[in-house]
Formats: sequence, structure tokens, C-alpha cells
Amino acid sequence: MNEKPAAYTNFKQTLDGKATHENPQKIMANDGEKGAHAGALKISTRQINMYYGDHHALKNISLDIAANEVTALIGPSGCGKSTYLRLFNRMNDLVDNVRIEGEIIIDGKNIYGRDVDVVALRKRVGMIFQKSNPFPKSIYDNVAYGPKVNGLSSKTSLDEIVERCLRKAALWDEVKDRLKSSAYSLSGGQQQRLCIARALAVDPDILLMDEPCSALDPIATQKIEDLIEELKHDYTIIIVTHNMQQAARVSDKTAFMWLGQLIEFNETKKIFTSPSERMTEDYITGRFG
Amino acid sequence: MKKILQSGDLFLWFTGAALGTIILLVSGLLFIVGLNGAGVFWPSNLALVQYADGRQWLGEIGSEEIIPQSNLPENLRGDDHTRFQMKIGNRDVYGVDFKWINDYELTELRYPENAIALERREYGNLYGFLESIKESDRIIVQGEEALTTFESLLEKSNDVFEQRTRLEKSEVGAVNFQIEQLRLTIKKLEYEGGHAADEITAIQNSIQTLQRQYETLRESIDELNSKTASTYVVFKIADGSTKEIPISKIIRFYKPNQMNGIEKLQYYAAKIWEFLADDPRESNTEGGVFPAIFGTVMMVLIMTLVVVPFGVMAAVYLREYAKQGVLVRLIRIAVNNLAGVPSIVFGIFGLGFFVYVCGGTIDQLFYPERLPSPTWGTGGILWASLTLSLLTIPVVIVATEEAISAVPKGVRDGSMALGATKWQTTWRVVLPASTPGILTGVILSMARGAGEVAPLMITGVVKLAPNLPIDQIWPFVHLDRKFMHLGFHIYDVGFQSPNVEAAKPMVFMTALLLIAIVLLLNLTAIIIRARLRKKYQSSAF
Repeated sequence: MNEKPAAYTNFKQTLDGKATHENPQKIMANDGEKGAHAGALKISTRQINMYYGDHHALKNISLDIAANEVTALIGPSGCGKSTYLRLFNRMNDLVDNVRIEGEIIIDGKNIYGRDVDVVALRKRVGMIFQKSNPFPKSIYDNVAYGPKVNGLSSKTSLDEIVERCLRKAALWDEVKDRLKSSAYSLSGGQQQRLCIARALAVDPDILLMDEPCSALDPIATQKIEDLIEELKHDYTIIIVTHNMQQAARVSDKTAFMWLGQLIEFNETKKIFTSPSERMTEDYITGRFG
Repeated sequence: MKKILQSGDLFLWFTGAALGTIILLVSGLLFIVGLNGAGVFWPSNLALVQYADGRQWLGEIGSEEIIPQSNLPENLRGDDHTRFQMKIGNRDVYGVDFKWINDYELTELRYPENAIALERREYGNLYGFLESIKESDRIIVQGEEALTTFESLLEKSNDVFEQRTRLEKSEVGAVNFQIEQLRLTIKKLEYEGGHAADEITAIQNSIQTLQRQYETLRESIDELNSKTASTYVVFKIADGSTKEIPISKIIRFYKPNQMNGIEKLQYYAAKIWEFLADDPRESNTEGGVFPAIFGTVMMVLIMTLVVVPFGVMAAVYLREYAKQGVLVRLIRIAVNNLAGVPSIVFGIFGLGFFVYVCGGTIDQLFYPERLPSPTWGTGGILWASLTLSLLTIPVVIVATEEAISAVPKGVRDGSMALGATKWQTTWRVVLPASTPGILTGVILSMARGAGEVAPLMITGVVKLAPNLPIDQIWPFVHLDRKFMHLGFHIYDVGFQSPNVEAAKPMVFMTALLLIAIVLLLNLTAIIIRARLRKKYQSSAF
């Protein structure tokens, strides 16, 4: 790879401190205000504890995530980052024997409150999984699935949504001639982008990505990373990753987790250059994990 | 030795041998059935055999075997002698269809050119020589020319027969049906009491009108009959006597000793077509099996229509919604064991529950005026199909459960994460993805259902059904009717027939047909499955 990808340049800029991201203080100052502009508080986690039966999986996590930023969750395997991610669209509800304490507030509303419509929440909070999981349907039907289950049936608007979302996921040019063929005929990277397009089709404002590149080769990974960079303008993204370079390349803020605890959360530049915790530094430099 | 065991070569041999045995058995079965069935309709040459004492027989030569020593006359013991079976036909003359011909008594065997074989509407085949044609005791033609006259007269007589059958089946059938309906209406009115005397008289009048219609039809039928009634064909049979056959009793004739290969093939094809498309004759031992084909296919289709939705629903509940635990596991074991219950037990259950309880209740609620003669409270195609559905439902449930549990969790999560409900996920993602697996279950259950006989015997199959379950009389589909079934046909013709030897070929042929139909039904499902598999090709990694 001779050409340096955009994400890489961005990463360099972040490290050089040239990026123009608001600092965390501003987020605190804007607490409670709603809006889509970058830096505004989007998600606020307050003292979340989660138990799988007797196992205390997440310990007292509090974290604020700003709108239109990419927040990376890093940490060794089993530290609870995926579990934490799945709290934001209540996917953990599907697991038996789970108990959750604390609050997650999205746009001022606690999603674990009594009157929350989980279906509506999941439409607002899209998710991309570690292993690409297209449905055993055609490419078109995969993207149209979300709008369809939500009651949209007009052919023209479905066509329009499918095209828009595939374009947004940078897949349109590759599949526009074979929308009716099976989603399984796509390559791994294409399948993952199809899953992104599928998530975009229900018009969410938050995207959760659970190690979206772990099964992909470097070129496919780069495409997804470019896409994340692109999507950031319209969506708030939380990404779980094992790959620290990836976290450094794509994210604005990084949270380091260890054994269900949040060890450190700060701007990515800060985490990767001068972490305040010893443990973070050890992990980043590869001394454990 | 240890090395051989470790390498597994030995076990490879065992696996190969096991598969080989199975293939051998299956192909052997098919081969025997095919061999015996395929030759049934071939027009064999007619041999004339003569014994030393002057007795003669004409017929088709069948299998040959060595005569046991104890059966030989004293003076011939020690030598090997053979005998062959001969189909001599002429049941009305000889009383039997077959005769063993001993080679030591045989003096002459030849194939006379003008030997004629006759297919008749009763008493099986006649073998002999055409002598003359009589019109009310007067010989109208004789000798060589008789054949052409015979041909044209036969054609006419068959036309008449066809017209008559059509009249009897459709028009007379319809009139009778209407009369029966009106009678039942009167019965109903009387049953309900009240003051419907005027209505009853009106109905009785229309019955009388219908009766007159019936009389007219009857007359035209009689008229048709009289056209051919006085024509007789005279044959000389092998023992020298003559036999007069009314032309209306003859279906067709052929002279096998004069036919070449192509003519024989044509005859063969015509016979196969008759077998597939015609009604049976002579207590099922001759003619076709069309009603049985129709009944079998219709029953299997009704069964499939019932068993698939129910089986799939049950499996979805068991796998997707039920809380997995001891109870669900017990239910699953029970369902699997249901597949091992003898089918006759299902038949008895079907008789007790569907026929007597369900059918009986329907009769009491909706047809009380017809009692004690039952309408639904007796065996019928619907009850038989439902009984078979019970029998095959475990297969569908097990296959569906397997297929559903093979759908990856990631795909379900993906659907849920898009805001789909559990039901939407199941209906729109999980079930389509498991359709190939479900179809495997359907294939297995159809094969099982089509081959079952025992439970049908007490829930609605009959030896000879006068009407098909679907006809042109409203409401067109009559699920309360009794029906014929190929499996039962095999049993009936093979074991209940008064003339087993003559019926044997029919048994093989019917077995072959049943296998072919099961294969055809399965093939359809297999093709659909292959299409779906292609569509939902599983992920590559």
C-alpha cells in the first residue's frame, strides 16, 4: 500500500493535535442539550452494572459519548467491551439470566426506563456484528428488510432507500447490476458493507460496531475504515476493536476496559500518546492483553 | 494387526460393504418388481400344444420348471423332465386360466398363424380361432372375410359402449344424485317437523320429473344396447368346441403370431395407457388403476397440506418460543417416539377419533335426517388423510426443528437489531432459511404416507370406489367419499382375489407404479429444494 489512506492521515493529524475536535469539558458543559452537531452529548452511561447470573460482567461504568464522533472501546478479550456495546440497543435482553442496574441515557431518555419501546430503540441504534450476518435473501431484500418489517411496502420508496443506503455503504457500484442475487454471493468485505447498508436503512442515528473488521483482509478493512470516517458526519459511532491501530486510525475518543471496569476514557490522541493510567500504557504497548 | 486397525482400512471396508449390501437389496427389489411388471402387457405369441392322446390347448407359454421325481409316472423316474406353465385363458370354458404342460406328454408345439386372442369384459382372455359372425342366429359372414367385418363391428360396439358409459356415469349419475339430494331434503323437512307439506309435495313433483328424465335416459341406454345385442362372434377353441361371444363383451382382439415388433410395441403402449387411465375390471384383476392413482395422489396431497403447516408451527414453538427445559425435552422425546408407533394403531385412533367422534358429531349436527346412514361418520378420504398426517407429523417436526436450529444466531441477532420482533424474525428470516430442511421432512413424510396401507384400510379405503373424490357434481370435491389406493390395491389384488395366478402380473405392475408415483412426488419436492438451496446458498466461511 503506497497510498496512505485517509484514515491514516486523520490519525496522524489527531496525534499531531491538528484535529479540531471539541474537548471533553465542552461535552460536560452542554449536558442535557439535544442536537446533532458534533460534540453534543449523545449517550450518557450512568453507573451501569451488569450481571450474568452470579457473574458481575460490567462494574459501575459511567461514560459520556458525544454526537458525530467515533468512540472506540478497546481492551483484552473478555473485558466486557462487546457486552457493554450490546447494552446500547438492549441486545442483552435476548440473553437469559441477565440483570442490569444503572441508566443509559440517549438524547435525554433512559433506555432502560419502563416505557421504552425496544423495537423503536433498535431502529435508532443500528448494529454491525463481528461476523457479517447477511440474511439468506437477495442483496436488495437484505437492505429492504428493515424498512419492510417496519411497515414500509411502497416499491418506489424501497428502491430509493436501497440505493441510498448501498451508496452510503460504498457498495452500490459493485452490486447495482445484481441486486437480485444472493447476499452470500458477495465477498466477506462486501457482506460486511451490506450489513452496514442494512443497518442504515432503518435510519438510525447511532451505529454500534462489534469488531466489524476482525474477519476481513487488510483491503476490505481499509474500505470499512474509510466508510466509518465517512459515516461519522451523520451518525454517532461506537466501535469495539481488538486492533489498536484501528482504534487509533478511526476513533476520536477511546475507552480502555479491563475485567468489566472502565479504566480510562479520553481523546484517542491522549490515550495513545500519554495515557494517564499505567495499565492503559501497558496494554497499548503490548505488555499484556 | 494393530497397524491395520489404526489405519482404519478395515472399517472403510465395512462401511463400503454395508452400503453395497443396501444398494444390492434396493436394486434387487426394483429389478424383480420391474422385470415382473414390465412384461405383463407384452403380447406373447400363442402356442398350440398337443398331447399324445389328442388333447389340445392354445395359450401363452409362461415359466418353466423341473418336475419333481415324485410327480413323475413310475416308468419315467430317474430322468429329468420339465413342465411349463401355460395361460390357456377361456375361464368360462375350462374354469381355470393356467395349466401345467408336461414335456413327456407333449407331442406337438406350434404357433398357428391365425390364432386370435380376445380381451373381454368378463372371464378374462379368450384364445381361439375366428369362425364366423352371427346376427340373431344367422351367420352373416364366415371364414377369411369374417376378420374385417369383426374389426368394423367391434369398433362400432366399442363406440356404443363408450356412449353408454358416458351416459351412465355423468348424466344418470347426476340425475340420481339430484334425486338423492331431494329425498334427503324431504327427510330433513320431515325430521324438522313443522308445516312444510306444500314444500314436500313440490319436491316430490320435481323428483317425479327427474324420475321421468331417468326413464328417458334408461331408454336411450337400452336403445344403445340393442344396437349390438344380437351380434355374436363365434370362435373355435383349442378343444374343438365353438364358443359364441356377444360382441358387446369384447374389448379388443389381436393376433400375436402375425404381429411384428412394432405392432407389438404399439399394443404394449396401448395397454400401458389403459392401465394408467382406465377403471379396473373383473374385480380389479384387469383394466386400469386410474381411480387408485387418483386416490393415492390426492390423499398424499391432502396429507401434505395438513401436515406441513401443523408440523412447522409445532416445531417453531418448540424451538423458538418454548422455554427449553425438562418439559420441552420430554415433549421432544414423545414426538420422536410417536414415529415408532405401529401404523395400525394410528389407524384405530383415526377410526375412533376422526370417523366416529368427529364424523359422528358432524352427522348429528348437520345431517341428523340421514341417520342412521352416516355421511361423515364413515371412512373417507379426509379422515384417511388426517390419520396419515398424524402418522407423519413427527417426521416434519423433527426435520423442521433441525433446520431451524441450524440457522445461525448471528442472522437472528441481525434481524432483531434492525427492530424486527421475534415473530418477524422467525417468519421472514428463520423459516425461509430453513425451508430446504423442512422440505426434506416433507419428502420423507410423503414417502411414508404414500406407502402406508394398514391405517387406511379402516379409515376409508375400499376395493372399488364407484366415484372419484373429485367429479363434476357440485361441490366438486367430495372429501367424505371413500377412495381407492394403490397400496391397498396391491394387497387386494394379490391376496384377496379369487384368481390369484391371473392377478399376479397386476400386483407387480401396481407396485411398480406406486414406487414411480412416490418417486415422482419426491422428485418434485427435491427439485424445489435444490432451487431454494441455490437461492439461500450458505455462507462460504
